[in-house]
Amino acid sequence: MKSDERYTLTNLQALETESIHIIREVAAEFEKPVMLYSVGKDSSVMAHLAIKAFYPERVPFPLLHVDTGCKFPEMYRFRDEFIQKNKLRLVVFRNEKALFGGVNPFDLGTVKCCTELKTRALLDALIEGGYDAAFGGARRDEEKSRAKERIYSFRDKYGQWDPKNQRPELWDIYNGKINKGESIRVFPLSNWTELDIWTYIHHENIPVVPLYFAQNRKVIERNGQIIPVYPETRIHENDQITEMMCRFRTLGCHFCTGAVRSTAVTLPEIIEEMMVARHSERITRVIDHDQDSSMEQKKREGYF
Amino acid sequence: MTTTESLLKRNEQNDLLRFSTAGSVDDGKSTLIGRLLYDSKSIFEDQLEAIKHYSSSNRDMELDYSLLTDGLKSEREQGITIDVAYRYFSTPKRRFIIADTPGHEQYTRNMATGCSTSSLALILIDATKGILTQTKRHTFISSLFGIRHLIVAINKMDLVDFSEEVFSAIADDYRAFSDKLPVESIQFIPLSALRGDNVINQSDRMPWYHGPSLLDYLESVNISTWRNLIDFRFPIQYVNRGGRERGMRGYCGTIASGTIRPGEVITVLPSGKESRVKKIIVCEGELAYAYSPQAVTIYLEDELDISRGDMIVRKKNLPTISQSIESNLVWMDTIPLALKKYYLFKHTTHTVRGEVEDISYRLDPEDLHRKPAGTLHLNEIGRVTIRLMTPVYADTYEHNRRTGCFILIDPVTYHTVAAGMITRCRGREEDHSFRLPGAETHWVVGQPGSGRSMVEIKAAEGRGCIYLDDVVLKQGICSDLGGPDQKGAWLERVAHICRASNNSGVSVVIESAYFPDERVIEVVGKKNLNVTGTPNLLT
Repeated sequence: MKSDERYTLTNLQALETESIHIIREVAAEFEKPVMLYSVGKDSSVMAHLAIKAFYPERVPFPLLHVDTGCKFPEMYRFRDEFIQKNKLRLVVFRNEKALFGGVNPFDLGTVKCCTELKTRALLDALIEGGYDAAFGGARRDEEKSRAKERIYSFRDKYGQWDPKNQRPELWDIYNGKINKGESIRVFPLSNWTELDIWTYIHHENIPVVPLYFAQNRKVIERNGQIIPVYPETRIHENDQITEMMCRFRTLGCHFCTGAVRSTAVTLPEIIEEMMVARHSERITRVIDHDQDSSMEQKKREGYF
Repeated sequence: MTTTESLLKRNEQNDLLRFSTAGSVDDGKSTLIGRLLYDSKSIFEDQLEAIKHYSSSNRDMELDYSLLTDGLKSEREQGITIDVAYRYFSTPKRRFIIADTPGHEQYTRNMATGCSTSSLALILIDATKGILTQTKRHTFISSLFGIRHLIVAINKMDLVDFSEEVFSAIADDYRAFSDKLPVESIQFIPLSALRGDNVINQSDRMPWYHGPSLLDYLESVNISTWRNLIDFRFPIQYVNRGGRERGMRGYCGTIASGTIRPGEVITVLPSGKESRVKKIIVCEGELAYAYSPQAVTIYLEDELDISRGDMIVRKKNLPTISQSIESNLVWMDTIPLALKKYYLFKHTTHTVRGEVEDISYRLDPEDLHRKPAGTLHLNEIGRVTIRLMTPVYADTYEHNRRTGCFILIDPVTYHTVAAGMITRCRGREEDHSFRLPGAETHWVVGQPGSGRSMVEIKAAEGRGCIYLDDVVLKQGICSDLGGPDQKGAWLERVAHICRASNNSGVSVVIESAYFPDERVIEVVGKKNLNVTGTPNLLT
């Protein structure tokens, strides 16, 4: 060994290495893996890691976007460019029956809307595609029931999670054995924190949807949430439409994703803002607060 | 440099310490973790609000810190930790991942899970209760999983009037127990998680204690990592067929141990074929050198037939090619261990079939005594011998964490039923490419004395050999075996002598009235066994 050579990995390198190991392991051991792609920053990082894991080969599995039909228009634009530029394969799945039936969060409530357009659609998409493993970009630091999630999360044939009966997971040896119809959800970003994601995006120059950056946007303030105004947004009687500099910390459906006041227009500014922000990122998702343990419940039913 | 830039640099470059926590019920483990997260400002305000609300309405407390860590609904309802939860926090000096594991005995497997990726264990003792059987269990499992650095946090000091005597007595008791274990460092810290004494800051209520606070120690402790940078082991994970050079195949994997450079001569297992490293690539380009645990793609000078599960190593530094593994085994399934049943043995990127041949003993984690055992039940730990259908390329766990560990998977339920740490790899038996050449077993069926000529032939070839006949065997090695009903045991014993000698490069001539049975052929190997004898006896 020469004295100027380094033999320890930095935090980011260690995380990247672990994720690449997981992604390759899945590609090697499963018959038909798929990578869930939600267009958000975590998905961007996950897809970037997949590209790195298989370079110079093409990513050997498709990306799957479970589309609720009410994502931000900026997200669809970004998605199509990202896929094309990186020569990835994309499968888009929508619960057309529910969308045709007019499912929306205003009439059904957010819980039922999510069940139909996200959980149901995801399960249908996985069954229709015959996928035996599905990558998700969830991190353990996001939410308390996710802190208990394995990297390989076993799901029965209905996609359900049984938190009390998870397979032990030791070292970096993963058990991907399943019977027909069962599947594994794989979380290669499990050990990343929100700060790691942003630092990595900055370090690797990974493109993300412009909605993450502050801009003057038309919004309504309702129950402490800042809701962006789009043509489909239902305006209540006493709603006031205002313009403000704001950005989005996480991206979901535009009906249910709140913005935060911000002037951060560059990555370092976002990171700076985050580190002084004392609110966890999912607070802007209306859906998490519907009931006690709502995430745990959704995961049990098959959500990521 | 702006604050953000230095923050970015820090988050990018700081090192990472993974540690596991272990504690008994009610010793305040969750409270301590909650306090570490809270006081290091790793809890967000909305999470805190939700917990304060729950504390006041369900626990009649202002803030129950343990709610910060108990994530599952059933855990909050029962007030205990069931599963491993991973916690993340960082300080300007280090980034930490805590594997927060349950104290209840029935969740020992979850604690084992947490220990497997940690390099330090934080063990909690309730000062009002002293050392409990579970304290010992936790200490033992941590050490079993190769954790060599322990922090023993003696908690609830506020309930014993911050007494130095109580602290010292517990520390002495603990030392008496842990002296038997291979531990490099133990730091005893008296604290009160509930009141915050010695968690982040030095407490002025225990002036007799001059050591660091818990966080100070975590930030500064020098952990000799379990990384092995000497023995190059590269288990093939995935074969990459992409790239401009047509037909060139890249071998993707995570370097399990050691370092490698382009130009080095390597050997591929199991074929034994040699080649040179042409280049090592990652997405950014070619590397001048690579080290464990980097995830890389290696190209070789020659096109060899290599697939997942094979291993690239250095020619003069081979792992043991073994089909007989001795290991410590932690049983993790509700269905107990069954002898002579096939399990899937998953080791690095290699999955083979194997059966547990023998349980030497069960270890009682409370007093470390060895007890006889016919099986292992959920959460039990034992020393076993596993016979594999196909060889694996292994090292001992002590020597090499990544090539010294494995899991067992039930072939029917597909549950992960056990975690194993290799203590010894016996072997090289079926692997002809690595056997010392020329050694074989000559089995002469006939009357005593008729095999002597074979020994003479061998001697003329300039090779020594071992000569055994029924008389010699009966006098010594098989003197305890009597009549024809013990023929099987007799033959098996002889067969093992032949195999061991042949593997060491020594030929054996056996002269016996018995014809070698199926078992002898299996043990010695068909290729090594040369049977001669008078025709009437052979039929």
